[in-house]
Amino acid sequence: MSLATAPRRSGPAAADPAARTRRDHGAWFLVLPALIPILLLSVGPLLYGIGLAFTDAQSGRTQATRAVGLLNFSDLFHDTLFWDSFRIGLVWAFGVTVPQFFLALGLALLLHLPLRLRWLARALAIVPWAMPEVVVGIMWRLVYHPDAGILNETLRGLGLSGAADGPDWLSGLATALPAVIVVGIWAGMPQTTVTLLAGLQHVPRELHEAAAMDGAGAWRRFRTVTWPALRPIALSVTALNFIWNFNSFALVFVLTDGGPGGRTRLPMLFAYEEAFRYGQFGYAATMGLAMVAVISVLLALYLAGRLKGDDDR
Amino acid sequence: MSGSESSGTGNAPTARRHTAPTRPRRRGAAPYARRTATRAGQYTALLAYLVFLAFPFLWLLSTAFKPPRELGSLHPTWIPEAPTLENFRQAFAQQPLPAAAANSLLAAAVSALIAIVLATPMAYVLARYRTRLSRAATGWVVISQAFPLVLVIIPLFLILKGLHLVDSRIGLILVYVVWSLPFALWMLTGYVRAVPPELEEAAAVDGAGRLRTLVSVTAPLLAPGIVATALFAFITAWNEFFFALVLLKSPGKQTLPVVLTHFLGTEGVADLGPLAAAALLATLPSLLLFAVIQRRITGGMLAGAVKN
Repeated sequence: MSLATAPRRSGPAAADPAARTRRDHGAWFLVLPALIPILLLSVGPLLYGIGLAFTDAQSGRTQATRAVGLLNFSDLFHDTLFWDSFRIGLVWAFGVTVPQFFLALGLALLLHLPLRLRWLARALAIVPWAMPEVVVGIMWRLVYHPDAGILNETLRGLGLSGAADGPDWLSGLATALPAVIVVGIWAGMPQTTVTLLAGLQHVPRELHEAAAMDGAGAWRRFRTVTWPALRPIALSVTALNFIWNFNSFALVFVLTDGGPGGRTRLPMLFAYEEAFRYGQFGYAATMGLAMVAVISVLLALYLAGRLKGDDDR
Repeated sequence: MSGSESSGTGNAPTARRHTAPTRPRRRGAAPYARRTATRAGQYTALLAYLVFLAFPFLWLLSTAFKPPRELGSLHPTWIPEAPTLENFRQAFAQQPLPAAAANSLLAAAVSALIAIVLATPMAYVLARYRTRLSRAATGWVVISQAFPLVLVIIPLFLILKGLHLVDSRIGLILVYVVWSLPFALWMLTGYVRAVPPELEEAAAVDGAGRLRTLVSVTAPLLAPGIVATALFAFITAWNEFFFALVLLKSPGKQTLPVVLTHFLGTEGVADLGPLAAAALLATLPSLLLFAVIQRRITGGMLAGAVKN
C-alpha cells in the first residue's frame, strides 16, 4: 500500500531547509521510543535470523553453534519434501488470492449499487475479519465434518451424495487442499472487499455519468472509468494478500495440521515443524530465507508489470 | 477524506443540472424489462454472497447450542430442536477457559497500550516531516510484512531464551508490541496526516509552544484515531496464535487461541458441542470491538493508499 503513497507531496516542513533541520532535533526524541524496540526486537532479530541460515544452530545442544556456510542451502536444494511443500504453498497462495480478489471485487461492485440488504452484507463482512484464525478453522471443521457437518448434510439433501457416508473433506487426499483453499478465500474476502469498496467510493461519479451519457455500457464504463481509478488499490491489495497467504499458518494448522500425508503442508508449517518439533533452527531459517527470496522475485515481477502499465496510460 | 467528500458535493449539483434534461430520455431508452432483469440478477448475486459469508458462522452458533444427541444425529438440522447451554458448561469443565481469557486479555491490553504510546510520537514525525528516517521506517513497515514469521520467531525465541523470557507473559507482550508497531505506525500516520498542519501553525503563531500545540490542538483531533488503532492492536493480539503457540508452554500461561486447539484432535461427535461453544465465546470480544471500530479501521488503512 505504501507504494501508492511513495510520491508524497513535500510538506511545508520540507520547503524551508533551515526550519527542517531545527525541527528534526525534536523529531528524534519523538522517534526514539518506537525506534529502539524496532531495532532491538525486529530489525536485529531479522538480521540474526538471516545469519542463522548459515549456521547449524539447533535447540538444546551443548556444543557451540558453528558457521556452515552454504551447507543448509545445498541441503535445502535437494530436500524434495520441502519443495513439495513449497509447491503446495504456491498453489495455496494463488488459489486463495486470485478467486478472493474477483469475488471481493464482485461483492464490492454490488455493495456500491443502491441495493437493499447492503447493511447486512457489510455487517456480515465483519465476522470473518474480526474472528481469530483459530476459530475460523474450528468453524469450518464443523462445516466439513463428515457426519455432523452441514456440508455433507446439504449435499445429501440435494441428492448429490450417497445416503450414509459423505466424503471426509479434510482427510481426503484429493479434497483437502481445495477444502482449505475455500476457507482461505472466505477468511480474507471481507478485508479485500471493504478495501476495494472504499476505493470505488473515490471514483469520480461525474466521470461515470459522462460515460453513460456518451452511451457507454456497464462493462465499458467499468473498463474505462472504474478500473483505471481502482487499479493502484487492486494491485496493492493483491500483492499484500499474496504475501500474507503464502506466509499463513494458523488456519491450516487448525484445519488439517498439514495432513493428509502432507497434502496441505504449507511452507510455514514445514518450517515450524523443522524448528520447534525437530529443533533445527539453522535449517528452518534457511527455509524462511528461501520463502522470502521467491516472494521477492514474484513481487518484483508483479510490481514491475504494474509500473510499466502506469507508463502506458 | 472529508476534504474529497466536500469537494464532491460541491461539484455534484452543477453536474446534475447539466445532465438532468437528457437523463429521462436515456432511461426510457433502455428497455424496462432488461433493467428489471439486471436488478434481479444483482439481488441473486448479493444473496449468494450473504449465504456464503453467513452460513459457517450460523452453523457454529447452531452447533454450540445443540445437545449431544442432536450432534450425533444422522441428519443434523440448522436449528437445534432442544437448545441447551450444556456445551458451555462442558467447555468450562474441560479446559481452563477463564484463566486463558485472562492471559489473552492481559497480553492484548498491555501490548496494545505500549504499542500506542511508542508509535504515536513516531507516527507524528513520519506524517509531518519528510526525512531519510521516515522513508526508512516506511520501508521497514512494508518489509516486516513480507517476512515469514518463522524467520522472525526463531531469532526472537533464541534471544528471549537468553533473557529467560520464553514461556513468560512478559516475553509474549514484548513480541506483540514489536509485532503490532508496523500497522499501528501505518494507521496512525494516516490519521495524523488527516489533521491539517495549518491548525498547528495557527497555534504556533498564537504563541503556543510545541508541546502545548501537540497536547491541546493535535491530540484531541487525533484521539478517535488513536482509540481505533489501540482497539485494532488489541483485537489482533487477542486473536494471535503463532507466537503464543511457540512461546508459551505452561498450560497456565497459554492464551485463548492456543487453549482452543486443545479441544481439537481426537474429537468425537459429542465433543463438537463444547468445541463450538468455546470458539464462540473466544470470538465475542473481537466481534464486539470490531463492530465498534470497523469504519475507522477501513478509513485508517486506506488513508495512506488513497490520499494524494
